[in-house]
Amino acid sequence: MTRYCAADPATLRIEPLDSLTLIYHRSSGITHVVDSPVPELLAVLGSDALTLDETLAALAEAHDLIDPDAGALAARLDELVEAGLVERC
Amino acid sequence: MRHSTMLRIGPVGFRVGSDWRAPVAALEALYRNYPKPQDGIPDFSVRLFAARPWRRFVRSAVHIGGDFVIPDAAPLPLAQGLLAAEMGMNLQMALGQRRYLLLHASGVEKDGKALLMTGESGAGKSTLAALLMARGWRLLGDEFVLIDPVTGHAHGFPRLISLKNEAIGVMAREAPGGRWGPLLEGTPKGTIRHLVPDARAIAAMDQPAVPALLLFPNFGFEAAAREVPPSECFVRLTQASTNYVSLAETGFDALTRFVRAVPARAIDYPDTASAVALVERLWGELA
Repeated sequence: MTRYCAADPATLRIEPLDSLTLIYHRSSGITHVVDSPVPELLAVLGSDALTLDETLAALAEAHDLIDPDAGALAARLDELVEAGLVERC
Repeated sequence: MRHSTMLRIGPVGFRVGSDWRAPVAALEALYRNYPKPQDGIPDFSVRLFAARPWRRFVRSAVHIGGDFVIPDAAPLPLAQGLLAAEMGMNLQMALGQRRYLLLHASGVEKDGKALLMTGESGAGKSTLAALLMARGWRLLGDEFVLIDPVTGHAHGFPRLISLKNEAIGVMAREAPGGRWGPLLEGTPKGTIRHLVPDARAIAAMDQPAVPALLLFPNFGFEAAAREVPPSECFVRLTQASTNYVSLAETGFDALTRFVRAVPARAIDYPDTASAVALVERLWGELA
């Protein structure tokens, strides 16, 4: 089963601005401008290796999700893996 | 090269060499009150050259070279040699500047605080900066503002003000005593004429200012102002900076600090009078 964790915190600079958050990814030198739920996802994942269901459960617990959707979360996680902000571990 | 001159604009020293006398003579006349590079050592070199020796004389075409170049850039006719020199210096800044975060913006200063204006070509940033200069603000520059990543201060780059098309007539009326370069017709951006910044802008070019207000002007609409949130500001300024990526985390820090500290507005304006009134009202409210 695929497990996800956030990229090493030493490689990320996370700076909330307003409704959007800046993430400078030191490994790639790329700046990402992200909306919710990306900062929340990175916070939930941390260095823990979580499955999709565990990630969804942790998100739901931390943020009172009204309509948890595993498919949408999987798509977001795949995008973040592509960007290098989340790793499959 | 056969002809050359050196000058300093704000903190940046240039050497401009040329196969022809005319562009260097024009630079020396218009920049005559500017200092030389510190310790006589330029930061950047610009070369204006003929592709073949006979092209110095026959259908002279000025190629722009230097420390940093755009391959295959189209040459300019010799009558536009001054423009070639200015483009060459801008190119060095856009491609080679590493000491400061470079914002493609105009800027003016009052009471130690800086008003920056950025936008697409034609948005009116040069014209607005020149208008405000004529009304007593100190010009920081019409093309680039340099943000010091350590202090966050805005350093001026008061090169010749490049006015295009209708803006030339507007400023001729607003600044009747101004010193001007030659009228350059048929350039890639239409008719261009350079206005020399006033004596105060040149004398105080080494004095930085604290950024206090950022405007995104837009010419051609009814007067209006809209708040621009920090995240939108950040994205628009990364697009307005040619060296944000090459400065890496230093650029990220400088820009994050800037957008958190400096209020920003997008303004529409139908004419210069309403633009100046809007700018001065916003400055009074926000800076």
